[in-house]
Amino acid sequence: MKMMISTILTLTLLVSYSTCQAVDWADFRGPSGNPVHDGTLPLDWDSKDGKNVSWKASLPGRGVSSPIAVSDLVVVTASAGAKQQKLFVVAFDQLSGKQRWRRSFWATGRTYTHPTSSNAAPTPVSDGEYIYAFYSSNDLVCLDLQGNLMWYRGLAHDYPKAGNDIGMASSPAIAGDVVVVQIENQGDSFASGIDRLSGEELWRLPRDPRANWSSPVAYREMDGTYTVLLQSPSGLNAVDAKTGNQRWTKQLACGNITSPLKIGDAIYFGSGGTTKLKLNDKGTTPEVVWSENRLSANAASPIVDGDALYILSGSIIKSANNKTGELNWQVRLKGRFWATPILSNGHLYFFNQDGMVQIVKVGERGEVVAEFEVGEAVLGTPAAVGNALYFRSDNHLWKISQP
Amino acid sequence: MRYPFIKRFLTMFGLIISFVFISTSGYCAEISDLTKTINKIGPKGAGHAEARMAMAELSKTDVNDVSDILAGFDSRNKLAVNWLRAAVDTVLDKAQQQGKEMPVDALREFLAETKYDSNARRVAYEWLIQIKPELRQEILTSSLNDPSLEIRREAITNAVEAAVKQKTDSPDEALKQLKSILNSARDIDQIDEVTQQIETLGGKVDLPTHFGFLMNWNLIGPFDNSGTKGFDVVYAPEATVELDKALEGKSGNIKWFAHTTEDRYGLMDLNVIMPEKYKGAIAYAHTTFQSDKEQEVDVRLGCINGNKIWINGKLITSNHVYHANTSIDQYIARAKLNKGNNIILVKIAQNEQEESWAQRWQFQLRICDESGTAILAADRN
Repeated sequence: MKMMISTILTLTLLVSYSTCQAVDWADFRGPSGNPVHDGTLPLDWDSKDGKNVSWKASLPGRGVSSPIAVSDLVVVTASAGAKQQKLFVVAFDQLSGKQRWRRSFWATGRTYTHPTSSNAAPTPVSDGEYIYAFYSSNDLVCLDLQGNLMWYRGLAHDYPKAGNDIGMASSPAIAGDVVVVQIENQGDSFASGIDRLSGEELWRLPRDPRANWSSPVAYREMDGTYTVLLQSPSGLNAVDAKTGNQRWTKQLACGNITSPLKIGDAIYFGSGGTTKLKLNDKGTTPEVVWSENRLSANAASPIVDGDALYILSGSIIKSANNKTGELNWQVRLKGRFWATPILSNGHLYFFNQDGMVQIVKVGERGEVVAEFEVGEAVLGTPAAVGNALYFRSDNHLWKISQP
Repeated sequence: MRYPFIKRFLTMFGLIISFVFISTSGYCAEISDLTKTINKIGPKGAGHAEARMAMAELSKTDVNDVSDILAGFDSRNKLAVNWLRAAVDTVLDKAQQQGKEMPVDALREFLAETKYDSNARRVAYEWLIQIKPELRQEILTSSLNDPSLEIRREAITNAVEAAVKQKTDSPDEALKQLKSILNSARDIDQIDEVTQQIETLGGKVDLPTHFGFLMNWNLIGPFDNSGTKGFDVVYAPEATVELDKALEGKSGNIKWFAHTTEDRYGLMDLNVIMPEKYKGAIAYAHTTFQSDKEQEVDVRLGCINGNKIWINGKLITSNHVYHANTSIDQYIARAKLNKGNNIILVKIAQNEQEESWAQRWQFQLRICDESGTAILAADRN
């Protein structure tokens, strides 16, 4: 009997442990918006002989969005058709790579993009219960984890001038019960909070009529409410996620591609290179801690790990002290980059536009320890769960892990 | 509306009671009633609560009745059609995973009826070829002129492949086939591809006519658009067009002049056509279109600059967007043409951006039906 109880307890603990291990990567740039992963990922893989490639699945269309990992699924969006009017949400089994379900829709907004991009540019997001997939055409789809449609919104159907024919790429964020989208362009330019259960509009905030690709970032306040950071060329705004009411604003010229990173009481964002703000207890406008113009990012967003801040500036990865902004080291990489790298076990994983992977060991200095080809363009940030890395190339979804 | 929360609560309460009643009473709502509910979805989430209830019921539809959901498609409601598509996919997906017999015959019958909504037929097609891939070739062989442009696109790809294989051994036959395929093609990339194949065989293609581009224009400019403020200024041509009258422009008197473009895609490059490369400037382009009948048409514009279009004095589209990419058919507006002469006026606004990628000042305009088939002027040469 004792042995039975002991076995049951051991099994329970093992199940609990494995459950705890499986932390979802269900947002653009990971669960905290800071793509630092607590796991050991392979330092090399080979797309030809299959070394460390657990599986590779075909996708029904192109896309530059990132995959997300939620529950036992990896979910990715894609678009296809003569005008990229066909939209897809596809869910794969994390273990086997088998397609669990696929849902297709027709875009209701503008579908034109630069050839480099795709209608499937924004990364979907999940609250663990539902998946919210968003597209450059401003179609917003809510599905449950079994692929059942909960609701479908055509935000450019409602606001027909919302669109950017270069392509929009801002990913949605979840703030409590609100899905927040940032749709900034020369036409109908706005941010909106949408009830996650009903799909109804809670608020709509007019924004500057300028193109912007930055994604909203949500965080929980001490009082349980949620704040959303909206970065655009004219500044950084913090709004109440439930109402859209402004909490504070920092009027500084900002980049329009990178997204802010909120970690602890600090915010790092693309202004004057990179600027660090310190949030205060009163919820008023935060103060600038430092601003460093040498830490200028093009497309990739900042990463913070301990005292280190990593900024991909063109093709140069720069490491700085995040307390001071002082540059520690820099390493030149090969190629052009759109994807924000991820950091795992002391290694930064970079995917360039031509499909080359470069892994940089970080520490006192940076060192490129691996370079190899994937064979297809990669523009989206990878996702990581446990000891597995998931990334999407132009036409495939990959799982990389050691057998 | 004094107590919106209470109103919302009562609505939801009523819906839940109805749902519980339906679920427990064995009452089965008619599929057509459920699709009608979904077709009532409106903008900004209107009708979502009712539609979600209907979706829950529709997802329980017997796989053999899935054609009834397809019959409820009405693509005029672009939102609702996506809900209905999800319902069909859910039912068929579930049946397939459960190893049930799939309704191949019902889907084939539905696909064969061109009276049904094009998107619904496309869904039927996609499921058919997923269940029985061997049907693809057979279906596509007879789909070159299918009302569903997505099915037609695949049929054209197939037909082009077949024609190209004949180029060496039977060039005349290949040319004949390619010309026939071109008549069916509506997607720009396919039109380009087929044209290229025809021309390598020595054939000729009149692309402007195939697309329906308007080639002959009267132009005047520049008017002032400093600070992009001229976009909403009503300059004289917007009030009346008098082709022989000089007008006051941005820097002196300006006159209308005629220009015929030789570009195969009807492109009017104003940086070349106008006397100078103006910045912060507006040009107007005017032409007439002889319609053989009163008809609704698509007016399709490609323009990387701010633009407005009037048909017979009525504004049909306005896009204050600069240098955010361009393509053929970038802006599509519906318009009514009168029988006889119709006046088309286009306003093309250039801003003052200095970047090398922000210098183009151009437009291309065509008239066609909703499927992209050219509608030609009665007096077109």
